Amino acid sequence: MSPNAMMTEKALKGSDITVEALVREGVEVIFGYPGGASMEIHQALTRVGSDRKMRVILPRHEQGGIFAAEGYAKASGKVGVALATSGPGATNLITGLADAKMDSVPIVAITGQVPAWLIGKDAFQETDVVGISRPITKHNYLVQNVEDLPRIIKEAFHLASSGRPGPVLVDIPKNVQQSECVPEWPSEVQMRSYRPYIEARKRELEHIAEAIRGAQKPIIYAGNGTICGNASQELGEFVEKTGIPVVMTVLGLGVFPSNHPLCFDMLGMHGAFYANYAVNHADLLLAFGVRFDDRVTGKVEEFAKHGKIVHVDIDASEINKIKEAHIPVTSDIRHVLQELNKMDLGKQDYSGWVQELDGVKQQKPYRYEDNGEDILPQYVLEQLSEKTQGKAIITTGVGQHQMWAAQFFKFLYPRTLLTSAGLGAMGFGYPAALGAKLGCPDWQVIDIDGDGSFLMNLQELATAHIEEIAVKAVIMNNQHLGMVMQWEDRFYDSNRAHTYIGDPRDPESIYPSFVAIAEGFGVKGRRISRKDEVSEALDEMLALDEPYLLDVVVPFTEHVLPMIPTGQTFGDIIYED
Amino acid sequence: MGQVISLLVENRTGVLSRVVGLFSQRGYNIESLNVAPALDSDASRITLTTRTDLKGTEQVVKQLNKLVDVIKVTPFDSGTQLIREMALVRVQVSEENRAELLALSEVFRARVIDISPRNCIFELTGQSGKIDAFLENVRAYGIREIHRTGELTLGRGKAGKQKGAFGGQKPK
Repeated sequence: MSPNAMMTEKALKGSDITVEALVREGVEVIFGYPGGASMEIHQALTRVGSDRKMRVILPRHEQGGIFAAEGYAKASGKVGVALATSGPGATNLITGLADAKMDSVPIVAITGQVPAWLIGKDAFQETDVVGISRPITKHNYLVQNVEDLPRIIKEAFHLASSGRPGPVLVDIPKNVQQSECVPEWPSEVQMRSYRPYIEARKRELEHIAEAIRGAQKPIIYAGNGTICGNASQELGEFVEKTGIPVVMTVLGLGVFPSNHPLCFDMLGMHGAFYANYAVNHADLLLAFGVRFDDRVTGKVEEFAKHGKIVHVDIDASEINKIKEAHIPVTSDIRHVLQELNKMDLGKQDYSGWVQELDGVKQQKPYRYEDNGEDILPQYVLEQLSEKTQGKAIITTGVGQHQMWAAQFFKFLYPRTLLTSAGLGAMGFGYPAALGAKLGCPDWQVIDIDGDGSFLMNLQELATAHIEEIAVKAVIMNNQHLGMVMQWEDRFYDSNRAHTYIGDPRDPESIYPSFVAIAEGFGVKGRRISRKDEVSEALDEMLALDEPYLLDVVVPFTEHVLPMIPTGQTFGDIIYED
Repeated sequence: MGQVISLLVENRTGVLSRVVGLFSQRGYNIESLNVAPALDSDASRITLTTRTDLKGTEQVVKQLNKLVDVIKVTPFDSGTQLIREMALVRVQVSEENRAELLALSEVFRARVIDISPRNCIFELTGQSGKIDAFLENVRAYGIREIHRTGELTLGRGKAGKQKGAFGGQKPK
């Protein structure tokens, strides 16, 4: 420690050091639910000077808190911070940590822990959260000395946000929060075993260029890595330069605008027919920031089997994990695109290939059959897409509504679809919307949810009302767990196995009354069930600058199509009934 | 034959459970495991053997490299590495066969480190195959206890020059 630092700094409590470290990392919003082992930190948060921009949001459940932190992080690109107490507070964070790990979301989760001398003694609200969260965090820490806090918090933010982003958990025993020291603030992170930033070598770039020059039917398969890597602009330039068409994963949606003539939308199990056609017929697959998830590939051996595969990802372990790449490149994707945009990639004419894809798209677009009376979720999404012109951040729960949102909302900007893709965690949508609105206050933020998913975190209506977070919730209410129901219809002779979530004693009613629940929380709401109400109800909702809930009664008979059943191939695609 | 992987890790609480946990999470099995301080006192050396194919090795090495506390991962191949294992073996003896057993142990260069009227403890070092062969030969006398270290490795040649497959060294 430099003598000067000693002179100028006074001793602080661990809790105050923690908060000061967060301030130094530029944290502006914390989602924290207090308890015995974390209240010291909450006390310290009340001592933050009013000159500091630090807002503490009190979610009504720790899972809501960490999902909100994820929504904040995904929408803004900054690190999301969640704070919880020991034991149940910490275990309630687990689903959010697992989600952030799967979808590479930069999160720092801070948990209080029982005092060091009680660890291992089965103390009240003691849980080995470092042990529990080990496989679902990028890294985690148990802070044993108050002197280590500044370094550990700094490392945690660095780890969460660099390389392939992910969640980092810092567990702080109460006695560490209470003990004092003169903090020594590190100016930079020094970790000899962590080198997150990797750039492609010249030779690798040349291999990619050569593959592009030799291709007749190339396709770009862009995923979350292109968004995490902030490569949207570079990808756009690359497409303009080469004329290569684009398909995206659900987490890639928005990285390339869906109104562009070279955009062929989402691929995968519920992706567009033409997107899957494109990948199946391509002679070159440019896989950028993707991980060949089973919901994308179906049967791996058959996936993109006619083409050469270029796979670029910042995470070396993704290369060859699922699908062997002909040209494997471990690199920051933005760097690769920047370099390729400077290189000579030849002057191919792909117009024949694009025409072929356009033809398929015209023949087999995303479609649904409207009977003119019922409200179909697809119709609501089309309307919403049109009314907002893509200038909205959409969050979702998990299930049918999630896939319809991915299909029928036309995403034009990166970071405008926030969804739990890898983990598929129901209840993600509403709290994620709260976080997104705090990260991007000027944006319209709309949670497209299902009745099942919304029920899982509806306590966060209180957070929206009390904290005045003007998010909108649109519930596609079909009284069922729709996606499981769809599988029952297709593979289990429509035998309903606990997928009906209405009131069996009064099946004509719509249960529960989300509008009444919202009202109880102080949030305005409305239920609609006729198609002619949709447009006006959406206008009303969009015009409001306060939390709002729109309960849309939709038929349960609707299926998400197209569909490539699990483990099957493009040839097995179900396009229509 | 198992794949031997040598890891240099930060000597910190929880590192071993991160490494071991990764194997079970990703569906790999650890056959032997050895942990000891490394030359650099802030680091530890973990040597482990796992049964997997080439693709499995590539994947597990990459996953190990992702662990923040792992400094270096080296998957060894039999051509360039020295592999040794040590074993302590307690064998039952009697007045009649003691001389015969001691003669046998000479062949394997096993050292006698304890003798009691009914037992004899041998210490031997070598490649795992040699230890297996010794055990096979003394089995008839009655093996009472065995303690093996698992395999330890170092690359041949100059220190720091050994290079693993799949970029065992973390990218700079």
